[in-house]
Amino acid sequence: MPISALTGSRLRERRVALGLRQADLAETVGISASYLNLIEHNRRRIGDALLARLAQALGQPVEAFQEGIAAAVLDDLRAAAGRLPGAEIDRSEDFAGRFPGWAATVIGLHQRVAGLERALEAMSDRMSQDPHLSASLHEVLSAVASVRSTAAILAETQDIEPEWQARFLGNLQDDSKRLALGAEALVRYLDTAGQAEEQGLASPQEELEAWLASTDWQGADTRGLVSAAARHMADQWRAQAARDLAAYPAAGFAAVVAESGSDPVAVAARFGGDVLAAFRRIALQPGLQAGLVVCDASGTLTFRKPLAGFGLPRFGAACPLWPLFAALSRPMTPIEMVVETAGPVPARFRVRAFCQPRFPQGSRGPELREAAMLILPEQGRAGEALPIGSTCRICQRHACAARREPSILQG
Amino acid sequence: MRQVLLVEDEANIAEALRFILSRDGWAVSVLADGARALAEVARLRPDLVILDSMLPGMSGLEILTALRADPDHAGLPILMLTAKGQLRDREAAERAGVSAFMSKPFDNSEIRALVRDLLGA
Repeated sequence: MPISALTGSRLRERRVALGLRQADLAETVGISASYLNLIEHNRRRIGDALLARLAQALGQPVEAFQEGIAAAVLDDLRAAAGRLPGAEIDRSEDFAGRFPGWAATVIGLHQRVAGLERALEAMSDRMSQDPHLSASLHEVLSAVASVRSTAAILAETQDIEPEWQARFLGNLQDDSKRLALGAEALVRYLDTAGQAEEQGLASPQEELEAWLASTDWQGADTRGLVSAAARHMADQWRAQAARDLAAYPAAGFAAVVAESGSDPVAVAARFGGDVLAAFRRIALQPGLQAGLVVCDASGTLTFRKPLAGFGLPRFGAACPLWPLFAALSRPMTPIEMVVETAGPVPARFRVRAFCQPRFPQGSRGPELREAAMLILPEQGRAGEALPIGSTCRICQRHACAARREPSILQG
Repeated sequence: MRQVLLVEDEANIAEALRFILSRDGWAVSVLADGARALAEVARLRPDLVILDSMLPGMSGLEILTALRADPDHAGLPILMLTAKGQLRDREAAERAGVSAFMSKPFDNSEIRALVRDLLGA
């Protein structure tokens, strides 16, 4: 039986139900917590042997994670059909039943295309936004350009004067040294990022977020972090989490959150605490299905806790229609609304956003703003919802009035 | 003799280009500082400008844009050197009115042919 696209979700559900930490389960089956996190979010395919080990550790037969394959296949087929017009979506079940092999092929191709689109976006953004990589590549390319042109002159110019020949030979030697240094710098850079790269991580922030996700957003042992920058950020995060916990003690917290309907502003009022700290405390409760994004005054996302179905950009600017950015322009004014994501299978979420200004250098210093948006699943499809996306480059709302640049996805 | 102004801050690339273009009979002036490019164009009145895209002081794109904004240089042939893969740079330069591109690393015979073409020789 083929492994379902939702096997990861089922593994996660079972682990959470057993009260197992991601890190503990990962250790039991001999993989990294970050890798398990990617599997649980259906971002990595899982092999039969590893699935067998996970099933054993979770105390259920392998089939338990593969059952309901028909429903998953239908969902995947509809998503694939939504990519291009023309497919008879209402006959998906008939198609999957009569031609299961072809259905699997269509789904596989769709998932492969989606994966390649994500990789393309990540690579493109990384190339354009990583100044170190860009500068290193430019250095190597310049040296290569010089070597190629100079070598061609020496090889092709029969009557070259001795002084020019000596000069070009000197240039070649200089450039070859420069090329070696540039290549070494590139290898060092890529090698340092190697472990993170294997997990699809491209920045310290992303590494930090993957680590937090692997600890169910509790941020325990920092030894799993690869880069020094991510470890530094993790230390800062832990200090902040300790302050948040002191302001909003665990005793009775969950009850107050439930009573408020997960409203951070109401929770802050009850405890007399900082509103943004209440956003973090609510969103980072163990096992809670909630997403959180935080940005600074420039709109740069400084923290991302994903929630299934709500796409968060890995790089670059997010959708400008997010209520997060509306809050940024209206400090101290809570915003609550229902939003609907783009894509073949739109999903609805209730989001709450709030912006808090700070004056760390007093009244004569600059005003710093930080905004947070809590994302919660919304049941039902009744009523108005604000149409939003993830980021323009991968958003399929081609006619959006807020579009900054064309999408790389077909409509 | 037709005049070529080469604005390139990589000394060894500039030297190689100056050598091959000079042997083709062009008078080649080399400038490494982007900030001085506009003044040098005004002083030298070259028949062709070869611009690197990444320059200190003023980028190749900024120089190109400024030259195209000046009616005196609207028809001046401008060849831009860009690193391979810098698609966005190329698109921006096309919009700004560049005459031709050459990717680095370049082939000597190709750039010589392109220069001959741009100079109408």
